[in-house]
Amino acid sequence: MDLHIFWFIALGILLAGYAVLDGFDLGVGILYPLAKTDNEKRLFLNSIGPFWDGNEVWLVTFGGALFAAFPDAYATAFSGFYLPFMMLLWALIFRAVSIEFRSKHDSLVWRGAWDWGFCFASSLATFLFGVAVGNCLRGIPVGDDKEFSGVLADLLNPYAISIGILAITTFAMHGSIFLYLKLEGEVKERIHKWLWHTFGCFVVCYIFCTIYTLVTIPHAIYNFEHHPWLWSIVILNVLAIGNIPRALFLGKPGYAFLSSSATLIAFTALFGVALFPNLITSSLNSEYSLNIYNASSSDKTLHLMKIIAFIGMPFVIAYTLIIYWVFRGKVKLGKFSY
Amino acid sequence: MTEFLATEILARLQFALTIMFHYLFPPLSIGLGLLLVIMEGIFIRTKNPIYEKITKFWVKIYAANFAMGVATGLVMEFQFGTNWATYSRFVGDIFGSALAAEGIFAFFLESGFLAILVFGWDRVSPKIHFLSTIMVALGSLFSAIWIVIANAWMQSPVGFHIIGEGLHRKAVIDDFWTMVFNPSSVRMLVHCVIGCWLMGAFFVMSISSYYILKKRHLEVAKKSFVIALILGFIGSVLAATSGHFLAERVSVTQPAKLAAMEGHYRTGTGGSPLYLFGIPNNKTETVDYGIKIPGGLSFLVHGNFTTPVVALDQFKKEDRPPVGITFQSYHLMIFLGIYMLTLTSFSLFLLKINKLFESKWMMKIFCVSILAPVIANQAGWVATEVGRQPWIVYGLLRTPDGLSKSVKSEQILISIIIFSIIYILLFITYIFVVNNKIKHGPDDLIQKLK
Repeated sequence: MDLHIFWFIALGILLAGYAVLDGFDLGVGILYPLAKTDNEKRLFLNSIGPFWDGNEVWLVTFGGALFAAFPDAYATAFSGFYLPFMMLLWALIFRAVSIEFRSKHDSLVWRGAWDWGFCFASSLATFLFGVAVGNCLRGIPVGDDKEFSGVLADLLNPYAISIGILAITTFAMHGSIFLYLKLEGEVKERIHKWLWHTFGCFVVCYIFCTIYTLVTIPHAIYNFEHHPWLWSIVILNVLAIGNIPRALFLGKPGYAFLSSSATLIAFTALFGVALFPNLITSSLNSEYSLNIYNASSSDKTLHLMKIIAFIGMPFVIAYTLIIYWVFRGKVKLGKFSY
Repeated sequence: MTEFLATEILARLQFALTIMFHYLFPPLSIGLGLLLVIMEGIFIRTKNPIYEKITKFWVKIYAANFAMGVATGLVMEFQFGTNWATYSRFVGDIFGSALAAEGIFAFFLESGFLAILVFGWDRVSPKIHFLSTIMVALGSLFSAIWIVIANAWMQSPVGFHIIGEGLHRKAVIDDFWTMVFNPSSVRMLVHCVIGCWLMGAFFVMSISSYYILKKRHLEVAKKSFVIALILGFIGSVLAATSGHFLAERVSVTQPAKLAAMEGHYRTGTGGSPLYLFGIPNNKTETVDYGIKIPGGLSFLVHGNFTTPVVALDQFKKEDRPPVGITFQSYHLMIFLGIYMLTLTSFSLFLLKINKLFESKWMMKIFCVSILAPVIANQAGWVATEVGRQPWIVYGLLRTPDGLSKSVKSEQILISIIIFSIIYILLFITYIFVVNNKIKHGPDDLIQKLK
């Protein structure tokens, strides 16, 4: 396979892994206000306790791989989205330490502040991911020098904001199913109600954003016209979404979680198809777009990294499976919990 | 022009701020990680429950430290792209594969097994838990390997060729292993990891000596102290040795940096002196108020007292690093190294004659001596990085040429201000939380157990 296409797909896999895995723990953060008592809050936190850190590594590795495979796209995107990325970093820092520090001290103000920080930072980070995706789909002003030439306001357009909201509803739904799987008793029943609320919000946003994309971003379906088999992703996506309420209705939340994971994977795939072969689409002139050829590292580096990935990824998958297996089952608060 | 200058200063300031704050945590993760392996290893061997208690106590602190390392580390990875976009384009082909390897080989390993290390005590067998501890320690070591390789390449770039011109100039890799084993990487890595061990050792000794002074948790404290003291002593000896070999290599790969570290302005004809103290003066090109060993530098570099060492006068003014900061931070690191070596060897002697834990003075000194490796690690980084200036990639790319073209100085200013606020708050919180844990001590865990 063409090394450039290989790395485009590999980045997609890393991004999909991040969306599926960190998606549910960000979702737990978004839904965190549903936890009423201190005990419930700790249950929420500890449901993601052993996982969130490893989940975030998918993003770190995505960043590293983007840097390595397509340095120009990495440089343009990160310097162009300067303040949004900084805000994302602040949110992720805040979130990490909120989880870690919250239960370490017994005071209402202390815990209240970190609780608020955890929910806000999770929501903000999710929103900013959505905004970034929206802007990539829409295209940003990039000149012939490969540099971003716009201003911050260009990035906060209605389309990107819509995708940001879609991201929040998607992760909230994904997180609610995860919580439903992990919790027991009265709080579980409360989540059950919210499964349907979040699913409803998600479907509304999904339909709205799909129409919005089809109307305003014609180049998003360019690849579909030339490769009709790609429509199968859309069909799978719709089936996966449809299976969520079905599985919930049948009382099989495990399947619902798999379906919402499949939905996130399909979203990432559609995002990739809409972009391909571009990484950053220039809204000024399509010739200025950074694509997998003009923004990439040398074939030698791409080949080296392919070897690294083939050696490393089986280990990564093995660790992930081990961790999820060791910490399977319902959350229990113990002496080592947050 | 002033806008450009401001951007450069601010971007460098932001990098210094974020890396120095970040670099408080990973060295402790690496050093404490090794100590955890030793402590839990003794537990597995001897089945003595006191070592289980010791391990569990230090794991609690390790977890808080690890979270800080992860949170502040994310910033480092993204900052190359946000503030140093042109540099990223230049080095991406080389630097990128090291970063990607770090993510795949190191971060997944440590963050995955950290979950078992911290939360898995009741879920897996002791042996599997021990295995996880080893994996976490290895993971943090691997992350040091890849990032130091990337940095070492910036000090002594090899195994590449340059393509393109002007803004599109970039380095393209010729040989991966030549890049990995560039002249600086092994010596830098060894010295750096030993610095991390010292951090872990002095951290454990600092908290243990506090308990000993307060006469609390004596058994845990004394046993931890002894393990850490041995590591601290071995680390101090190795730090001096590896430091010497690293400086020797720097004299070959970056003679301007070595000259700046030593305040060596004039090459001359005879042996070059070694300054123990002094204030380098760029105007007169001499070291004011200096105490020197004649021929000392020649001896360290060439093994004799007469061959001159290349000095700053061999370099154009615009190619010289800032001498003052490089000289002072380098000397500070060396003095702290000597301090740690003296302290640990004297303490081993006291331990041998059973007087160490009775000496209130020694315990008080150890309480505050955690600052020694913290400052030494930071100073070492400053000497390495400031000494590389005015280059961001030595001899290839000047620092101002690596900046992001599309980022304005006020954007960086805003982000520096917010980073400073967040980091100050975080640091206070971190100290508060760790202090809380120390106050609670290891017995806390046992109480909850019942």
